[in-house]
Amino acid sequence: MTEIIVVTSGKGGVGKTTTSASLAVGLARRGKKVAVIDFDVGLRNLDLIMGCERRVVYDFVNVIQGECTLKQALIKDKRIETLHVLAASQTRDKEALSKEGVERVLNELTEDGFDYVICDSPAGIEKGASLAMYFADRAIVVVNPEVSSVRDSDRILGLLASKTRRAEQGAGGVEQHLLLTRYNPDRVANGDMMGIADVKDILGIEVLGVIPESPGVLTASNAGVPVILDDTSDAGQAYADAVARLSGEERPMRFIDATKKGFLARIFGS
Amino acid sequence: MGLFDLFRSRPKNTASVAAERLRIIVMQERAANGRPDYLPMLRRELLEVIRKYVNVDPDAIDIHVTHEGEGEVLELSVALPEKHTTAPATPATGET
Repeated sequence: MTEIIVVTSGKGGVGKTTTSASLAVGLARRGKKVAVIDFDVGLRNLDLIMGCERRVVYDFVNVIQGECTLKQALIKDKRIETLHVLAASQTRDKEALSKEGVERVLNELTEDGFDYVICDSPAGIEKGASLAMYFADRAIVVVNPEVSSVRDSDRILGLLASKTRRAEQGAGGVEQHLLLTRYNPDRVANGDMMGIADVKDILGIEVLGVIPESPGVLTASNAGVPVILDDTSDAGQAYADAVARLSGEERPMRFIDATKKGFLARIFGS
Repeated sequence: MGLFDLFRSRPKNTASVAAERLRIIVMQERAANGRPDYLPMLRRELLEVIRKYVNVDPDAIDIHVTHEGEGEVLELSVALPEKHTTAPATPATGET
């Protein structure tokens, strides 16, 4: 049984691709057969974050338009054997995607025995984003604790509840999770940033994980190594926790408490 | 935070301001979501027609779509002013 997971957000720059890459690696590391697909046609970046940008020969649009086979276009990850990347086309636009084409690719992945297909959605609510979510069984809505991101997420939640195959078939809708990223516990403690409870309360869905704002995310993307592979970084560990929860394990939230300041630090400033 | 900050009153908590603003706007947008998008225009045109006969306030028209069993009901209510100032109109009742 293949599970199709869309990573989406509405707003750009909140960490969809970073999240897609780390989820894909995390699930594959647990022995699952995983494909991660970049739906951001025209602005592909998943290949860079995964570190396979020089190995892209064929892309998602080539497969959809029958210019190559799916097998030719899937890039096997060099680190984890069961992980595969399908890059977006850099030269076309989102109109090159079609519902039938996307469905064909997803069906073929299902027949090939993939356990998970992660769909990395582009920002916005146009064709690329709507096709990325259409066939999903589960959605991970990436949200920053910031007003525009939260509002856009609510819009996306509305679309997930109405403009997806599951919603149209009345199959119980798409299972939805929130993933808070760029979370800064110190700022939350100071009252400068909305906390987990605020975001959860406003959007009304469960929080799968909280990824702290972390220098590790940039260094990982610089190197083309998904941050989950950096065991020393708090963000990497938080992603590993989120993957464990996605797989049904219970894990306490980590990295959500403010750093405790000593008495002297409080008096003389930090 | 330095020594003097300890005695200063804390600035306004911006996170709670953000959460409050979002609660309101998200609630509004959810309510508007799924409503037919011709409603604002219908409301405007109805208002024009009604104003030919009765000088009603622009806010006097309220339009809702409600679900009743299988079907949907377009509910329209117009609050009339106390005294009619224009045109001979047959006094309408509040709801249709």
